[in-house]
Amino acid sequence: MKLNKLFITAAASLCLSLSVAQAAQTSITVGMQLEPPNLDPTGGAAAAIDEVVYANVFEGLTRYQADGSIAPALAKSWTISDDGLVYTFQLNSGVQFHDGSAMDAADVKFSLDRARAEDSTNAQKRLFTGIASVDVVNPLTVKITLSNPDGGFITNLAWGDAVVVAEESIGSAANNPVGTGPFKFSRWVQGDRIELVRNPDYWGKAVALEKATFKFISDPAAAFAAMMAGDIDAFPGYPAPENLPQFEADPRFAVIVGSTEGETILSTNNKRVSDKRVRQAIAHAINRQEIIDGAMFGFGTPIGTHFAPHHPDYVDLTGNSAYDPAKSKALLKAAGAENLTLSLKLPPPSYARRGGEIIAAQLREVGIQTEIENLEWAQWLEQVFRGKDYDLTIVSHTEPMDIGIYANPEYYFQYDNAAFQKMIADLKLASNPADRTKLLQAAQKQIAGDYVNGYLFQLARTGVANAKIKGLWKNSPTQANDLTGVSWAN
Amino acid sequence: MLRFILSRALTLALSLLVASLVIFAVIEVIPGDPAAFMLGLNAEPDTVAALRTELGLDGSLPERYLRWVGGMLTGDFGISYTYQVPVAELVGARLGVSLPLALFALLLSTVIALPVGLFAAARQGRPTDWAIMGATQFGIAIPNFWFAMILVVIFAIQLRWFSAGGFPGWDQGFWINIKALLLPAIALALPQAAILARVMRSAVLEVLSQDFIRTARAKGLNQRQTLIHHAFRNALIPVLTIIGLQFSFLIAGAIIIENVFFLPGLGRLIFQGITQRDLIVVESVVMLLVFAVILVTFLVDIAYALADPRLRRPE
Repeated sequence: MKLNKLFITAAASLCLSLSVAQAAQTSITVGMQLEPPNLDPTGGAAAAIDEVVYANVFEGLTRYQADGSIAPALAKSWTISDDGLVYTFQLNSGVQFHDGSAMDAADVKFSLDRARAEDSTNAQKRLFTGIASVDVVNPLTVKITLSNPDGGFITNLAWGDAVVVAEESIGSAANNPVGTGPFKFSRWVQGDRIELVRNPDYWGKAVALEKATFKFISDPAAAFAAMMAGDIDAFPGYPAPENLPQFEADPRFAVIVGSTEGETILSTNNKRVSDKRVRQAIAHAINRQEIIDGAMFGFGTPIGTHFAPHHPDYVDLTGNSAYDPAKSKALLKAAGAENLTLSLKLPPPSYARRGGEIIAAQLREVGIQTEIENLEWAQWLEQVFRGKDYDLTIVSHTEPMDIGIYANPEYYFQYDNAAFQKMIADLKLASNPADRTKLLQAAQKQIAGDYVNGYLFQLARTGVANAKIKGLWKNSPTQANDLTGVSWAN
Repeated sequence: MLRFILSRALTLALSLLVASLVIFAVIEVIPGDPAAFMLGLNAEPDTVAALRTELGLDGSLPERYLRWVGGMLTGDFGISYTYQVPVAELVGARLGVSLPLALFALLLSTVIALPVGLFAAARQGRPTDWAIMGATQFGIAIPNFWFAMILVVIFAIQLRWFSAGGFPGWDQGFWINIKALLLPAIALALPQAAILARVMRSAVLEVLSQDFIRTARAKGLNQRQTLIHHAFRNALIPVLTIIGLQFSFLIAGAIIIENVFFLPGLGRLIFQGITQRDLIVVESVVMLLVFAVILVTFLVDIAYALADPRLRRPE
């Protein structure tokens, strides 16, 4: 009799959980491959942090939109002085943090001063180093003075690292983020999921979803099973592109293929591979389409320079380094480098590991031997990125508009070109759109012409979602899963 | 007896000391700076230095070793670099998954294996025995992660009776969690049950060949009564030893199954800790596991000595 009762309770609780799942059309479960280490976007570089909290929990003065453009967020409007040095922001009124305290100019000042402070642990501190002072004019007006004009400053403020936080809650943001966004942090079952709930007191347009759950599944096979079983409603950064045709054929699912800001490149140590003819030979030895097909199952756009193809200022320079093994061999011969052996150090992502093997085979065709070494991320950062102890490596540079990294001679490419450095310096001062376009295009041509790195492809964003979900981002102009516009059909 | 316990306790303490030195040394030589890893590609060098100070990563090796061991002795296992919560809290939460999963799997494997082994022994040499032995051979040969994936394909994707994985958390109710752990437990239990059934069968056969069994039969017990009252209980001793070994394997070794079913268990915590260079978590969790194994050995030694007075004499 007792046993019977147990079974009834068990069956009842199972039915209950089933019916709850079916009624809930205002909640969504989003799959992510990596769990964020913490939830403070101002204190770590992990993309997974922004993929949970950006635009959902935390907001900055400005924000990225789905198409990559910048829109006002906490700042309602702004004016820029004629010399380009003073930005005056008008803040939206009635904005509250999730703990009920008001958001005002003092919080903006605190956030920016904290990010640029001497002992700041902000991973993108360079975004804020141009700020000379932040002044509170009145509770809804804040004045930011730069030490030099910076045409990209409004964009800088849209980064997840530039969100507005409150002094009294930022200390515990790692595990209890308190922002101003349309979703409030609810709970985090570490290793399994993070739950957000709708913020009823949101200052802006209310969101359609009542609850959002981010679930962490690192294994690609498990991710496939979870989508198929209906445990996950959307997996925007789906880790196994080889399964996508199967989802495409299934009417329950929609496959979303978009672009990211990730230029995937064969980074080259320009101090070690110092002969431009050798770098050019490497560039002509690479068959990009073969890499995209072999390593990425056909997803990805070929690039010929370090710039996103969907950006209006992009110049198609793929012809500059077209696949031409004969030319490659001739260049190597002219450079006297016919018996070349180079190290090729590969970080964990599949674009690098699979792509690395294909590139090694392609380089062997023209007579360059490679020594492949597989590294973990932490090792890669130490050896390649900081130690510069490498000849070649493959990595996707996922930060938006990051061509400026080529102006730093200490960067791991070890590329030191005064002409290029001047272009980037001029770009910082230029605020006229036509001038900026001209400079950006010249910069793209300069690094392509110098064959600084092998330019492979723009990383695609491949996602899968329940076909009834509307409003997910297609492209990924910044690392985010913005759920503010997401809803279920019917 | 006291002298015996003291000498064993001394061995225990020395083993822990050596283990802590080895763990610290091995983890310190792994390349990769945790602070640089956390801050990514665009961090300025002074930012990395600031974070290193914040994490307590500066200071000489001996200094840091003493700080670590001293903390553990006072029950302070440190703060996770990445999660920024106390390691003890993290481990506690993960044990809430790993421990029930291991117990559940152990229960399943025991409930399956003991009757099957006993039955095979009773039918020794007959077709049923051959069939059972063949099946257990098969069970040992199947990798548990493959079996797990087959279970997911059938019960989660096709039939949709279960979730493909995940763990709701104990505050969400009891049965919903048992349901979440059922497929992983079956996947873990099957190979263990196959091993255990074979051990059970040979242990029973060993006992059946002894004199007291003949005596029992001679005094008029039938085969069923002999098996259950005499053979089964005596065969349990080697079987319990194997169950003990399996339990520690199930606690620490379920990492692949945890990945297949994306369960937030202890194995995944260590794995994540290593890839994210959360060294303090790795050091402390490995140390805890070592401590658990050494402690179990210590207790087993004591238990044997209690059971068998010959072991108490100093060698």
